[in-house]
Amino acid sequence: MWVFLLTEILFFGGLFIVYTIYRVWYPGAFTAASHHLDIPLGTVNTAVLIGSSLTMALAVHAAQLNSRKGIMVFIALTMVLGSVFLGIKGIEYSHKFHEHLIPGPHFAFEPQFIRQAQIFFSLYFMMTGLHALHMIIGMGLMIWMLIWAYNGTLGDGYYSPVEIVGLYWHFVDIVWIFLFPLLYLIGRHG
Amino acid sequence: MEAEFPAKHYLNDGYGISSWLLTRDHKRIALLYLVAVTFFFFVGGAFAVLIRLDLATPAGDLVSDDIYNQLFTMHGVVMVFFFLIPAIPAILGNFLVPLMIGAKDLAFPKLNLLSWYIYIAGGLMGVYVLLTGGLDTGWTMYAPFSTKYATTRVVPAALAIFVTGFSSILTGLNFIVTIHRMRAPGMTWFKMPLFLWATYATSLINILGTPVIAITSLLIVAERLFNFGFFDPSRGGDPVLFQHLFWFYSHPAVYIMVLPAMGVISELVAAFCRKPVFGYTFVAFSSLGIAVLGFLVWGHHMFVAGQSVYASLVFSMLSFLVAIPSAVKVFNWTATMYKGSVSWQTPMLYAIGFIGLFTIGGLTGLFLASIGLNVHVTDTYFIIAHFHYIMVGGTIMGYLGGLHYWWPKISGRMYPEGLSKLSAGIIFIGFNLTFFPQFILGYMGMPRRYHAYPPEFQVLNVLSSAGASILGVGYLLPMAYFAWSLRYGKPAGANPWGASGLEWETTSPPPTENFATTPNVTESPYNYPSPVVKHVA
Amino acid sequence: MFGIPLFPERASTIANEVDALYFFLIGLSVVMSVLIATLVVSFAIKFRRRHRDAVGAQVHGGMALELAWTIVPFLITLVVFFWGAKIYFVMASPPPETLNIYVVGKQWMWKVQHLTGQREINQLHVPVGRPVKLIMTSEDVIHDFSIPAMRVKADVIPGRFVQIWFEPTRPGTYHIFCAEYCGTQHSRMTGQVEVMEATAYQTWLSGGTAEGSLASTGEKLFADLACNTCHRPDSRGRGPVLQNLYSHPVQLHDGTVVTADENYLRESILTPATKVTAGFQPVMPAFQGLVSEEQLLALIEYVKSLSTQQENVNR
Repeated sequence: MWVFLLTEILFFGGLFIVYTIYRVWYPGAFTAASHHLDIPLGTVNTAVLIGSSLTMALAVHAAQLNSRKGIMVFIALTMVLGSVFLGIKGIEYSHKFHEHLIPGPHFAFEPQFIRQAQIFFSLYFMMTGLHALHMIIGMGLMIWMLIWAYNGTLGDGYYSPVEIVGLYWHFVDIVWIFLFPLLYLIGRHG
Repeated sequence: MEAEFPAKHYLNDGYGISSWLLTRDHKRIALLYLVAVTFFFFVGGAFAVLIRLDLATPAGDLVSDDIYNQLFTMHGVVMVFFFLIPAIPAILGNFLVPLMIGAKDLAFPKLNLLSWYIYIAGGLMGVYVLLTGGLDTGWTMYAPFSTKYATTRVVPAALAIFVTGFSSILTGLNFIVTIHRMRAPGMTWFKMPLFLWATYATSLINILGTPVIAITSLLIVAERLFNFGFFDPSRGGDPVLFQHLFWFYSHPAVYIMVLPAMGVISELVAAFCRKPVFGYTFVAFSSLGIAVLGFLVWGHHMFVAGQSVYASLVFSMLSFLVAIPSAVKVFNWTATMYKGSVSWQTPMLYAIGFIGLFTIGGLTGLFLASIGLNVHVTDTYFIIAHFHYIMVGGTIMGYLGGLHYWWPKISGRMYPEGLSKLSAGIIFIGFNLTFFPQFILGYMGMPRRYHAYPPEFQVLNVLSSAGASILGVGYLLPMAYFAWSLRYGKPAGANPWGASGLEWETTSPPPTENFATTPNVTESPYNYPSPVVKHVA
Repeated sequence: MFGIPLFPERASTIANEVDALYFFLIGLSVVMSVLIATLVVSFAIKFRRRHRDAVGAQVHGGMALELAWTIVPFLITLVVFFWGAKIYFVMASPPPETLNIYVVGKQWMWKVQHLTGQREINQLHVPVGRPVKLIMTSEDVIHDFSIPAMRVKADVIPGRFVQIWFEPTRPGTYHIFCAEYCGTQHSRMTGQVEVMEATAYQTWLSGGTAEGSLASTGEKLFADLACNTCHRPDSRGRGPVLQNLYSHPVQLHDGTVVTADENYLRESILTPATKVTAGFQPVMPAFQGLVSEEQLLALIEYVKSLSTQQENVNR
């Protein structure tokens, strides 16, 4: 899994490079565009995701202690928190739709920055979209873990799948820790 | 003495479609790949034949402009993503890595099967593209042509590449973990055969580089489907950024294509000179060096693309540096032949051919790394000649040499030696006749991807097309005699070549679990005690 | 040789230098390949396996040999690197005085615009013996303007200007090719460079258009588009003074300093908010989509003509 996560770093890395280049070229447009993102919702989401990493870690701990019930409870909690995150993301996306901030023919923005702001929002949707996709995959893996916990495949000292899924989930969390300030917090000092 | 054919082995260990399609045996998976990869080789080859036929006349009158553009695009996409990148790792690597390290299978056998299915899925998507309108952007898919102007199946093609990439990533992952964790007792890193070093280095590139083409393909898809503007200058996007992202993977990709072939050559030279490879440690580290340096040179594809002067200088210098480890390997292989017991059997002929053609191809890389000269020859047939010398004169020769060397192990049978020597000769002659004139054409200025050209270029083009037809025959022959040998070939016995290596210490074909007992490794990988090499019947 | 052309003509000053490096590398390659081929073939013959069971001798490698054949090639590549870099620097540094010509590539033709107002399609007339600088862009996809006889080429990119320069040395007709795949008629996007003797060139120039020079077209456009209402020659306009702007440094309102080259002028017309001059408000309308490539060239050439310093701004 560590090796796989290395590939994921390269994968998201490409997007981060694209983001960095355009941000250096168009600081004004990026700052203005960033201000249209919803900080309160983003912050709640960050807290939710960090919380889900905590519950995931507790699930791994439960697995180490061979607690079938513990595994199931904490994985379920992680999934709940993950769903909350995705729900809030969905709300944010719908806001963007109503505010005409989806790149394309209906995009509307201050005329000064209208072109480069589209790049910001393209990156916003691409990066958070891919991140959300990874979360959905992670939650799928968690369902699999729930099934294995329920039917006894996990247990008796065999819990490495839980650890591996946990590693993956922590990685997804870390990607968000980078995404949040880069997308939401440009130019906001206090 | 007639060699014995083992009664039970991996090929007769279970019959029926599901014993193959649901196999976990790395050897069967290698054969699954062999069938699929060979199919794509001939698809890509068919496109090449049509291209060369069309280029025999200056007017470009065999096919229309649009069809021609699709032909060279699909030739590139199929050959790069569906043949060259998987061929040696997924066929020879899958078959041999566990055998060579003395293991029963790879670290993750089910993941291995999944890799094959992902490859097939990507391949089917590629076939879908072919059948529903094709692609005409060039395999390099430069923006903004691919994102805004092309009217062909860009999105499915980009997605096909995206999907196929996961096959490479998972295979690379599998090999890395296997080599780290599953070597037989006594096999230290420096007791590994050089093919494993090459495979390891290739796998590193696979897992680090492929994700970047993955995201690049997704960016193309996003730009086309959702009208994002990453590469659209009218919205502040930068088309040259696409090139950076694309080449950041695609340059290391060429090392994915050539490093495994170099690994094969090390094995061939050792076996057919019955000597350890000269400078083993240096060859091993060269593989790693090529992998690392290969990530630092992508800008040499962009000297005339609007890259800054200073960046170009840095990329030029690094491109010269990456040539050095390759040269070191060539010197070491040559030195291995000194005072060897040199056999002229077919695999060695391929190895010798590789050394010659790869040397020429690599030297022409120096022409390209010099920026002042690059400006004149880039985007011309000089480039085409350069990379075909490496990919075809290098990788394909290595692949065929490896197939011939390990065919007895894989199938338990020998192929007809006279015919195989003849094919090797035909391939060598056909190859040079096809591609050497292209160096001259390129320096004269004939651009690449040209369907119609000025009449003064015709003679060289005709020579090249003639060579291509000879080369085509050369490639069809092994197909025929390998198939023939499955039924009528002489049983090979465990070690028909008298070679050293764990794979030769088990039967041909091997049993499903590879070894009756786990081998204990005490000797260096190329162990040829004089005067008589032990034969295991 | 045998009536088959095997080598391109040499028609520029840089062509000689490029060919010299080429021949050196051919020589090096021939030496190396013959060396390796001879060794390989002679070892294959001399040490040919004579008994079925014969093995090779144990020959021990040495650090000395490995270092030698690592370091010597490295030194050779250093030489080649510097040589190639030297040629490249010359290519990247046009001389101070050049004859500037604009080239616009579009699917699937080359539009050439002389400063005197002449326009050509797929043809480029230049005088022999004078350095020519081509300032180029694309209207759609990436193309590449290539003149093999001059040994120069560059990708032309939409949204940007790129430059190449060369000094023709021989009158004649030479190929222009598009060298970056650009779609259906990529292989038909070709043309000719006509290098003419000085007097013939003058004659050709004077058979020009009634339109007047590119700069004067630009001046008219400048007035038609009302640029002159904000960009006045005194400092009372709402926009910066354009006299003596070209090739001089400009301070932007975020503190950075840029040079006012062709790309800066282009960007300032199409998307002015990207780089706002210090001390001015970002009120200039964006002309992206409102002016064609040709009009853009005319405007830029006009602004350049307002500068006394016409020297080349090197990238």
